[in-house]
Amino acid sequence: MATTTQAAVLPTKRRLGLRERLDLGNGVFPYFLVAPTIIIIALVAVYPILDSIRLSLLDNPLVPAGTAFVGLRNYLQTIGDPAFRSSIGITIVFSVVSVALETLVGFGVALLMNQVFPGRGLVRTAILIPFAFPTIVSGQIWFLMFNAQNGILTYLMQKAHLLALGDSLLRTPSGLVTAAIIIDVWKTTPFMALLLLAGLQVIPSEIYEAAGVDGSNRWQSFWTITFPLLRSALLIALMFRLLDALRAFDLFYILTGGGREIQTIALYSYANMFQGTTLDFAPGVAAAVILFIICAVVGIVIVSATRLSQN
Amino acid sequence: MAVREQVVPSAQAKAATKPKPRTNLGAIGRYIAVIVVLFIALAPFYWTAITSVKIDSEINGSPTLYPHSFTTNSYSQAFLSVQPAFARDLLNSTIVAISTTILALIFGSICAYAIARTKFRGKAGVLAIILSVQMFPLIALVGPLFVFFTSPSFNVYNTYVALIIPYLVIALPVTVYFLTSFFRDLPPDLEEAALVDGTTRLGALWRIVLPLTAPGVFTTAILSFITVWNDFLFGLTLTEDYHAQTVTVAIPLFNGEHQIAFGEVSAAAIIVTIPLVIMVLFLQRRIVSGLTAGAVKG
Repeated sequence: MATTTQAAVLPTKRRLGLRERLDLGNGVFPYFLVAPTIIIIALVAVYPILDSIRLSLLDNPLVPAGTAFVGLRNYLQTIGDPAFRSSIGITIVFSVVSVALETLVGFGVALLMNQVFPGRGLVRTAILIPFAFPTIVSGQIWFLMFNAQNGILTYLMQKAHLLALGDSLLRTPSGLVTAAIIIDVWKTTPFMALLLLAGLQVIPSEIYEAAGVDGSNRWQSFWTITFPLLRSALLIALMFRLLDALRAFDLFYILTGGGREIQTIALYSYANMFQGTTLDFAPGVAAAVILFIICAVVGIVIVSATRLSQN
Repeated sequence: MAVREQVVPSAQAKAATKPKPRTNLGAIGRYIAVIVVLFIALAPFYWTAITSVKIDSEINGSPTLYPHSFTTNSYSQAFLSVQPAFARDLLNSTIVAISTTILALIFGSICAYAIARTKFRGKAGVLAIILSVQMFPLIALVGPLFVFFTSPSFNVYNTYVALIIPYLVIALPVTVYFLTSFFRDLPPDLEEAALVDGTTRLGALWRIVLPLTAPGVFTTAILSFITVWNDFLFGLTLTEDYHAQTVTVAIPLFNGEHQIAFGEVSAAAIIVTIPLVIMVLFLQRRIVSGLTAGAVKG
């Protein structure tokens, strides 16, 4: 904002700065500056993804004699595995339900924090705490609370007759997914709330005042002003959260003690690569490639949706 | 930063124009909501903290809302634990996170400087590639990295190097994103003056931009440190024992097959998070402004 006023007052000075930058733009210098980062990302992120595709087409890449090309055999084996198909279902249910809840709760928290009240800073600080935790530790402390042996939440749920005595949420697959959703919502709602709050704060209050003069009530101004203006912030936040939920690994690892009862796609892939025989390695890599493709498609769809909503 | 300047006065003006009776009713509802949010956010942390200082008989008895007993036994047990080698794993995590952060700041700051201050073709593409890496399903990198790191020609499996290399990939997007946002906030006048005086671009970055954005650079370093510290997947798959194992990998190893030592496990969880909680509390304002500024512009 400061620069636009400056440009109006001192057009000559502004133009000089711009030309200076354009001159720089003609050189190769900026490319030297970004090169180290781009090279690292190309070597350690992009190349391994491509190499995953290569490994997933080989017979048994962990042994010297296993480098024969077998086409899509590993993919067919993975897709034919009931455990993999169930991991897809679990991943989708977990991602959709937890991201939907995070969006709703995050919206509520953002609307709350967008108001001026004493203690607002305290709320913002408090909700950042779950956000800073390693997922594995969030999982661990909730695992203790949900535990059948001594968990406080298990105790409370048994008192409230939500669970039978001696039972716990972690005993059944659906209970495990429920627990994972609760923990994920607890941990990542702050992220959603902060991104949405940033979107809320750039909506000028004059618009609301004008709407108030025109006689719209709060509910109407929410749907006609807040929601449409927030749409692109919301889509960006949704993309971050959805792609993060689809690759969920740590939470399910700690809740199930390494994926024994239920698995997400990432956990299925890990279990095949590192806990099975060498023969399971390539099918595990194939599962990881499938997950990558799912994430890429979701990312591209949401980015296109964001572009559309901006135009 | 326009965000901050703009919001406070306008929100105050909004609150001031509200009719009185409604404000009081709304205020009560708002405080109930605030208390609920605070309780949900903090209760699990509180519960873990008090469990870590209770003696075993209290932990195993009926639940108590505050510790009736106090012991530091669980902490010494966690620190002296051999399987997992918790103290050594803490050291490993610290070394690896600091090394990665330093490297990420070096590469990330020159990259962020180019993005914030120069014009070049393909800038949007560069930024898109860097940021999209943040959302990669990392499991798809693990297989090839494992094969490569265990191969005789590049045998770094179970060393710090095996972790620092992939950690750079998760630390660089965070570093570039936040530094770009902090560099953009710095008015370019001082640098332009220095450039006129014959300083090179890198000299201006080193002598002017970095010192003037030091709080932002420090915040970025902390965020990079936290990102690396919190990783679990690479630590789990690219190390096998105390030589390089990280502390997040140690956490699930505390859960035995049958009986769980609640006090010890809670103490370990507290030890791993306390440094992060302190850092976040200290820097929360800056973290929020860096996070949200980029989101709004992007």
